[in-house]
Amino acid sequence: MTATLVVVGHGMVGHRIVQALRDRDTGGRWRVIVLAEEPRPAYDRVALSSYVDSWDPEALALPGNDYAGDDLVELRLGDPAVRIDREARTVVTAGGVEYRYDALVLATGSRPFVPPVPGHDLPGCFVYRTIEDLDAIRAAAERARTSTAPGRRAAMVVGGGLLGLEAANALRGMGFSPNVVELAPRLMPLQVDEGGGALLRRLIERLGLTVHTGTSTESIQRDGDRLLAKLSNGTELDLDLVVFSAGVRPRDELAREAGLEIGPRGGVVVDEGCRTSDEHVYAAGEVACLDGKVYGLVAPGYTMAEVVVDRLLGGGATFPGADTSTKLKLLGVDVASFGDAHAATEGALEVVFNNAVAGSYAKVVVSDDAQVLLGGVLVGDASAYTSLRPMVGRELSVDPALLIAPEGAGVGTGVGVGALPDDAQICSCNAVTKGQITAAITEQECADVPALKACTRAGTTCGSCVPMLRQLLESCGVEQSKAICEHFAHSRAELFEIVQSTGIRTFSELVTRHGQGRGCDICKPAVASILASLGSGHILDGEQAALQDTNDHFLANLQRNGTYSVVPRVPGGEITPEKLIVLGEVARDFGLYTKITGGQRIDLFGARVEQLPAIWKRLVDAGFESGHAYGKALRTVKSCVGTDWCRYGVQDSVTLAIELELRYRGLRSPHKLKAAVSGCARNCAETPTKDFGVIATEKGWNLYVGGNGGFAPRHAELLAADLDTETLVRYIDRFLMFYIRTADRLQRTSAWIESLEGGLDHLREVVVEDSLGIAEELEAAMRRHVENYTDEWADVLGDPEKLARFVSFVNAPDAPDPSIEFVERRGQRIPVGSEERGSQPALIAGPKLEVVNS
Amino acid sequence: MTALVERTETWVQVCRITALLPERGVAALLPDGSQVALFRTYDNEVYAVSNTDPFSEANVLSRGIVGDRGGVAVVASPMYKEAFDLRTGVCVDNPEVSVPVYPVRVVDEWVQVGLR
Ligand SMILES: Cc1cc2nc3c(=O)[nH]c(=O)nc-3n(C[C@H](O)[C@H](O)[C@H](O)COP(=O)(O)OP(=O)(O)OC[C@H]3O[C@@H](n4cnc5c(N)ncnc54)[C@H](O)[C@@H]3O)c2cc1C
Repeated sequence: MTATLVVVGHGMVGHRIVQALRDRDTGGRWRVIVLAEEPRPAYDRVALSSYVDSWDPEALALPGNDYAGDDLVELRLGDPAVRIDREARTVVTAGGVEYRYDALVLATGSRPFVPPVPGHDLPGCFVYRTIEDLDAIRAAAERARTSTAPGRRAAMVVGGGLLGLEAANALRGMGFSPNVVELAPRLMPLQVDEGGGALLRRLIERLGLTVHTGTSTESIQRDGDRLLAKLSNGTELDLDLVVFSAGVRPRDELAREAGLEIGPRGGVVVDEGCRTSDEHVYAAGEVACLDGKVYGLVAPGYTMAEVVVDRLLGGGATFPGADTSTKLKLLGVDVASFGDAHAATEGALEVVFNNAVAGSYAKVVVSDDAQVLLGGVLVGDASAYTSLRPMVGRELSVDPALLIAPEGAGVGTGVGVGALPDDAQICSCNAVTKGQITAAITEQECADVPALKACTRAGTTCGSCVPMLRQLLESCGVEQSKAICEHFAHSRAELFEIVQSTGIRTFSELVTRHGQGRGCDICKPAVASILASLGSGHILDGEQAALQDTNDHFLANLQRNGTYSVVPRVPGGEITPEKLIVLGEVARDFGLYTKITGGQRIDLFGARVEQLPAIWKRLVDAGFESGHAYGKALRTVKSCVGTDWCRYGVQDSVTLAIELELRYRGLRSPHKLKAAVSGCARNCAETPTKDFGVIATEKGWNLYVGGNGGFAPRHAELLAADLDTETLVRYIDRFLMFYIRTADRLQRTSAWIESLEGGLDHLREVVVEDSLGIAEELEAAMRRHVENYTDEWADVLGDPEKLARFVSFVNAPDAPDPSIEFVERRGQRIPVGSEERGSQPALIAGPKLEVVNS
Repeated sequence: MTALVERTETWVQVCRITALLPERGVAALLPDGSQVALFRTYDNEVYAVSNTDPFSEANVLSRGIVGDRGGVAVVASPMYKEAFDLRTGVCVDNPEVSVPVYPVRVVDEWVQVGLR
């Protein structure tokens, strides 16, 4: 007999309940009905602020949130529950549908608290909790941008807590000068102590936010098109919009009406099994009140979800208590708080390092005998957080001061992961312990971070424990073999170092002195790419020719029947009618199939080897050059139409795209590089899928890095904002050269950034702050590239020796390969398939794709 | 190679040895219309195998990268990257598959392929 579970609310916790139940209920005891108020399935609310980078709701979707193909789950979107009848055990939705339940879970989360300030409901006042909230803020931002009212575009965020600061940051990204108003005497009063709060304020003000602490909002009035806010300390603020972020309140209204027990400050009261005062009704997540507490973080909600599921399946799990540690990076400022951050424990002692010059503040709280770590606060540099948090509540083996002693003080910072006991939580979001992770490594043979993520879920929510996962892999002796292939024991980055520092410029010398054997199709193209990046002449010069993959060797792309495709460069996707006509004529005269690529250019297919020079000749004569579609190199810089034509554009995206494409053309790299420039936040050039993407802002350009399409699509992330063109180009120079020098073979920028110790933050330090002191060198390397660029096609046309290689047969230079045949499809020529050739299908193994480590 | 030489009656002269760059192949068209891929390795050995990649059926093996697997000279198909032992034609990645090998010799700087 299948019982019915109704879940009310499809937020982060609601989704986790369904997922965990469907994972564990293999016998199909429960069928699940999910009633969702929001119009879309569950998304990552924790990452809500990143929505402003892409404005793409899909990017926030939680994996598996549509339960596709699962007959036991019915998801009802956009139809909230409005009434519970506990007697009849039914739930009624706003749409009037009634469901009977055997068990009911309330996972309705919370709503933002809006203080009853006069004017709080005027147009221009918003909250910050859902995708729709952000869409509304964006629309208002757009109106403010085009408004003619005088004054700076300004916004006010009511509430200086974690969410308020996040919202302020997002508003800053939209071009507003944000004011943050906080009632308490410091920012983030719940997490940070006075000392940390003072530093946090300084760091944040330095970034252009205005902070008003110890004051409240008295009123908000309409002032023409804008708003006028009055603060209790007398300050008046001219504003375009207001965002309330002054805490949340549990959405317990259904439960109240149904007569369930409610906590003193709201929230549906549940026992340690997450059961409410009605044995058929559970509550989990932000709506639940457990032990008198309501938790505003996702990790305790996930734990409750697991407890509920265990109970539904007849288990006896109880809520073990929650870790309310926080680590975040706001506007590039690290803040972390964990355990008893305010030293509220009786007799607790504090150890503080406050370095006002370096801008870092660290405090640990220990028990009265200094033996047990109780908590701490870190501002400015939170790198010790990942190793300190799991130590909370444990005996210390070292002097507490050493835990936060600054580097260079003669002692190591923090504690090693090896010192942690097996039951220490490494991933607090998903409650994964060190023991579970080491078991996954030793028993289930997880050999890298992605495998650990898939196997244990550790590191999949906020990601702050990923460095610990790496350390655990190492401490379990999992050698992350760096050897590129059997011929070199080195990684690509190490080979790059060797080539650069030794001046070796041939493969033979390199493999003789630093490797073994004669190389293969893995190391040879990798070394060819390194040589090309270091400016070693034409890629077909001398021995280099023998290192190139067939695409680079013929400067064209091999197709499945042995012919090649030809892609001339069309910088920024801008092309004159004359050149378009030439492309058409060349395609017609050589019988080439034509198709428009995703990178805004035109691909000509079906050229035989011996036709390539003649095709290039025609193209080069008409002013075209190689588009490097064949290389692990810069492909295209796609653009929208920009200010020249577009009614909305704010910058000239086409000119910038052309400049960038011409600057980086021919640049060889560990993998292909794609780029785009959008002239406004509408982002028509689809920058989030590019290795580097530029989006115009009112003040300049935002630079995003690390996106890609393909097998495992990734969204690019913001590296730096509001740059002038010169700075932008400098940063891209540095970014690309740093990538070229340090990435693995066939590692796209996304995977490379992920593999960097410190990830995107580290990259930003290197590129923007020049933390390694190599910016000058990287820029110089790029200058050399730009100066030495020549067109690879034209070079071959001017070199009889190279030209001689472009034949199908060495003993019959003019003969075409007789096995290449075409048929017609939709008016163009395509290769004959096996059936059409009339032969037995001789395919012995299916075509394979090279699997790229990501 | 001697065993093959004895059975070979006709030798076709295809190119000068200088047309073979070390570790970079060329294709030659034989009188019967079949195609052969010729390679010269770093130690100056010359090898000839069929130019047809059995996995894709395209005539492309001559365009593969030449190197070694555990010391054995191989060419990797440019299509899906399987490696073939240049001495035997056997696919190193899937020994059930192989490509025909041809007798080959160098006479007075000319590369000659034996027809079978
Ligand atoms: C900007 C932002 C940043 C955050 N950052 C962090 C962070 O860094 N770390 C952290 O731990 N937490 C963070 N949080 C908090 C975290 O998002 C929440 O703790 C988490 O989403 C709680 O999950 P939930 O399922 O209980 O509630 P929610 O995710 O809010 O989901 C509740 C759902 O129930 C729906 N609902 C309500 N009533 C009904 C009804 N009657 N019928 C049907 N559906 C209904 C709601 O529409 C909603 O979709 C952040 C939150 C925000 C807004």
